[in-house]
Amino acid sequence: MIKVINLHKYFGDLEVLKGVNNEIKKGEVVCVIGPSGSGKSTFLRCLNLLEVPTRGEVIIGDIALTGNMKDIDKLRRHVGMVFQQFNLFPHMTVIENIMLAPVKVLKKSKEEAAAEALELLGRVGLADKANEYPSRLSGGQKQRVAIARAMAMNPEVMLFDEPTSALDPEMVGEVLEVIKALANEGMTMVIVTHEMGFAREVSDRVLFMDEGIIYEEGTPAQIFSNPQRSRTREFLSKVL
Amino acid sequence: MVFIENLYRVLSDKIYYAFIKEDRFMYLVNGWSISVQLTLFAAILGIFIGMFIAIAKITGKPPFAQIADWYVSIIRGTPAVVQLTIIYFIILADVNLPKTVIASIAFGINSGAYVSEIIRSGIQAVDKGQTEAGRSLGLSYSQTMRHVIIPQAVKNILPALGNEFIILLKETSISGYIALDDLTRGGTLIRSVTYDSMTPLLTVAYIYFLMTAMLSALLAKFERRLRSSD
Repeated sequence: MIKVINLHKYFGDLEVLKGVNNEIKKGEVVCVIGPSGSGKSTFLRCLNLLEVPTRGEVIIGDIALTGNMKDIDKLRRHVGMVFQQFNLFPHMTVIENIMLAPVKVLKKSKEEAAAEALELLGRVGLADKANEYPSRLSGGQKQRVAIARAMAMNPEVMLFDEPTSALDPEMVGEVLEVIKALANEGMTMVIVTHEMGFAREVSDRVLFMDEGIIYEEGTPAQIFSNPQRSRTREFLSKVL
Repeated sequence: MVFIENLYRVLSDKIYYAFIKEDRFMYLVNGWSISVQLTLFAAILGIFIGMFIAIAKITGKPPFAQIADWYVSIIRGTPAVVQLTIIYFIILADVNLPKTVIASIAFGINSGAYVSEIIRSGIQAVDKGQTEAGRSLGLSYSQTMRHVIIPQAVKNILPALGNEFIILLKETSISGYIALDDLTRGGTLIRSVTYDSMTPLLTVAYIYFLMTAMLSALLAKFERRLRSSD
């Protein structure tokens, strides 16, 4: 479903990704962990070309992301993204946030988009907030709306960039529950996270990134209970 | 009592000679109408120019971004009077257009430079995450601009833009340099026939003040409406 071949990314002279290779299968839930500055977020952002790779290839489905703008827009419809800072549109109500892309990009009718938006809001437990502005919501509620907004495009893959890092501790749980429910429905997901317990529970495979490469990967059991390499062990001993 | 009687007589005399005799108030009425026309057309032209220049700068496409940079530097780096006279006496010297039109163009070109900076900074003040969210949903660049960025930028832009129009209205008072009879020159003309400076000049100042105060009030009302989602 997603193939990443020899991905390199420079910011100026700084090499952030130093040759990342991986393949993510349909229905797979992959968590990316690692110290800050290891390139996790950059890797994720390369998967829908919010960052343009300096070298290497990202292939999603049968489209290779090479930089053709028309293809990128089309491809992004199939790749949902949830950000650390939520990035809801503050000038629109919750339901307008969710309806925008289906109406403008998929050319759905307003009635159809609204009905689907309400259904999605129900799934994330926020049907009663449809007509509120984002400024009236808590962090956890905002992030759940952001997930519903990404889901409204019916994506084949969902990317999560540290979805709970900006949340107060008591709101982390409600967001993780929503993500877990998606995982159980068979959604393909790539999740950058610092929630080790969550990564262990939800993922099929864990990637440990350090210094711009995938340093070690394996099932959650392998990575968390029996890490093979020194820096993985060192990192986990600090965070677990 | 005598003092007040004298004051009353002096003032009514001054007002009679400055405004009533020979319908001299028409200098101010006609001048006011010219000043308003200039401001209106220049503001519209300025917004159009400002939008194009701001877009050229933000997208950064090589020839356009460079030209936009030069334009803003030159306009901001020279006085408006000099720009107005250059356009009237040199650039459009051989073009047969009414003075009002030429002055409107000159003020519009001048205002456009400032408006472009206002629009540019307003757009760039919108969080980068907003663009990323829009694009990650599959919206194109222009759709993201139209539905996500611009509506938020307007809130940042509006106060500064209102300020720019107030400055523009006052700036049109230099139209006298190309012998255009605007409000300020109306006052000057009355002064030159009555040899009384105080009455026409204070009246002109008061009219400008009234206009800018009304503009400010209008903008404040508009801003309040836009803040409804905060």
